[in-house]
Amino acid sequence: MSTLAIKDLSKSFGGDTILSQLELKVNEGEFVSLLGPSGSGKSTIFHLIGGLYQPDKGIIELDGKDITGQKGSISYMPQSPSLFPWRTVLENVVLAQELFEKPDKQKATEMLTRAGLADYINSYPAQLSGGMRQRVAFVRSLLSPQSLICLDEPFSALDEFTRLDMQKWLLSIWEEERPSVLFVTHNIEETIFLSDRILVLGARPANVIEEISIPFDRPREESLTLTPEFLQLKKQIFHTLRGINND
Amino acid sequence: MIRKSWLPVTVILFIIIIWELSSRFFAIPDWILPAPTGIMTEALAGWADYQHHIFSTIQLTIYGFLLGVTIGLLIAIALHLMPKLREALYPLLIMSQNIPIIVLAPLLVIWFGFGLTPKLIIIVLVCFFPIAVATIDGLRQTNPELIHYMKMAGATNKQIFTKLELPHALPSIFSGLKISATYSVMGAVISEWLGANQGIGVYMTLASSSFRTDRVFVAILFIMILCMLFFAIIIGLEKLLIRWRKDENG
Repeated sequence: MSTLAIKDLSKSFGGDTILSQLELKVNEGEFVSLLGPSGSGKSTIFHLIGGLYQPDKGIIELDGKDITGQKGSISYMPQSPSLFPWRTVLENVVLAQELFEKPDKQKATEMLTRAGLADYINSYPAQLSGGMRQRVAFVRSLLSPQSLICLDEPFSALDEFTRLDMQKWLLSIWEEERPSVLFVTHNIEETIFLSDRILVLGARPANVIEEISIPFDRPREESLTLTPEFLQLKKQIFHTLRGINND
Repeated sequence: MIRKSWLPVTVILFIIIIWELSSRFFAIPDWILPAPTGIMTEALAGWADYQHHIFSTIQLTIYGFLLGVTIGLLIAIALHLMPKLREALYPLLIMSQNIPIIVLAPLLVIWFGFGLTPKLIIIVLVCFFPIAVATIDGLRQTNPELIHYMKMAGATNKQIFTKLELPHALPSIFSGLKISATYSVMGAVISEWLGANQGIGVYMTLASSSFRTDRVFVAILFIMILCMLFFAIIIGLEKLLIRWRKDENG
C-alpha cells in the first residue's frame, strides 16, 4: 500500500517543454487514470516516476520518501507484455521479484491460479494469446515487491472484445489486492470503467486540466458502461479532450 | 528426423554409385581417382595403422575449439559491455580473418616452434571469429522493449546482462558454435600440415606425397565424419538448452 505525490514536476528535451509544473497524487489503494491525447507526455511522466529520466525541476514522493531519479521504486506494466520468450509463465511472473529478492514461486502459482492461468503455468509466452500474455504481465506487476503499480496503456494492442474481458478481469483481481494504481490510457470508456479518479492531461506542456471523480460503486459490472450516467461522463470527458485539440 | 534424412542419403548414394561405375567403366588409375570401394577397403584394412592419427586430431580439435570458443565469448562480452572498445577493435577483428592461414602457419612455426602452441593459435584464429561475431550481434539485437521493461522494473546493468541479454543471445551463440565447430576440424588438420608427428593432417600429407590417393580420400572421409560429429554434438546441446524455441511456431 502506498501513496504517490508528484510536486511541481517539469521536464524538457532540448527546447521542447514536455511537462510544466505537474502536480498529481495517488492515494492509498486508489485507482487513478491519466487520460490524454497521444503525445501529451504520458510516457514521459512514467519514465520520470520509473527513474529513467531526471526531472528539470520538482520532486516525486512515494510514501513521503523522495524517489526522484531512483530506479526500481515502482512496479511497471508496459504497453507490450514484454515477457521473456525463454521463460515459462511462472518464471516470467517472478522476474520483477527476482530483481530484488528470492522469488516466492508458491505465491506466484497461487496468484496465477486465481488469475485463471492455472493451465498455463509451465507454458511459454509464444503459446499464449495476446490477452493471456497481458494477464501474465499484470500478474508479474502484482508480484513485484513495490506497492505502486504503473500501467502504461496495457490494453491498447488488444481487440475490442478481449479488451473488455481484460478490463473486467483486471478489476476483479485488483479488488482483491487493492494496490495503488496509476493507469495511463487514451481510451475514455476504459478509464471511466476502471478508475476511482481521472486526471485529464492537456496539450504540451502537459498538466492536469481537469480532475474527475468517478461516482460508481465497486464491484462494477459490464452493464454499467451502457447506463445514462456513464454515457454522460463519457460525453463530458470527450468534450474536455476535444477542447484541448481545438486549441 | 529419419524421414527427413532419406533425401540427402539418396543423393549421396547416387553420387557414390555414379563414381564407382565411372571409375570401373573408364578404368581410371587408382593414383588419380580411386573407386569408392577401393577407398572403403583401405579405410577398413588400414584402421590399425592410422587410427592414432584420428584420435590425435580429435584431441587437438577439442582443445582448440574450447580455447577458441572461450576467447570468442570473452571478446564478444568485453566488446559488448564497452562500446568504445568495440568501435576501436571491431575492424581489427575482421582483419584478423583476412590473414591467409597458409601463409601465417609457417611463420607461427618460426616463432613458436613445432609444439602445441602454433597449432592452437591456428585453430583459435579460425574458430573464435564466428563465435565472437554471432555473440556480439545476438547481444546487440536484444529486444529494446524488454530492455526498457527491465530498466523500469529497476534492474541493474548486471541483471540486464545476465537475465536478459545473455539468454537472448543464446540462439545466436549456437549459430556461431556450429560454424566454429566445423572450422575447428579444418583448423586442426591445417595446423598438422605444419609439422606434427601425428594427426589426420600428417597422414594426409604422407599419403599424397606417396601417391596413395585412396588414403587421401580416407583422410577426407574422416574429416567429414568429425565435422558432422562435432556439429551433431552442438545441435544436441542447443536442443537441451533452448527448449523454448521449439514452441515458437506452435
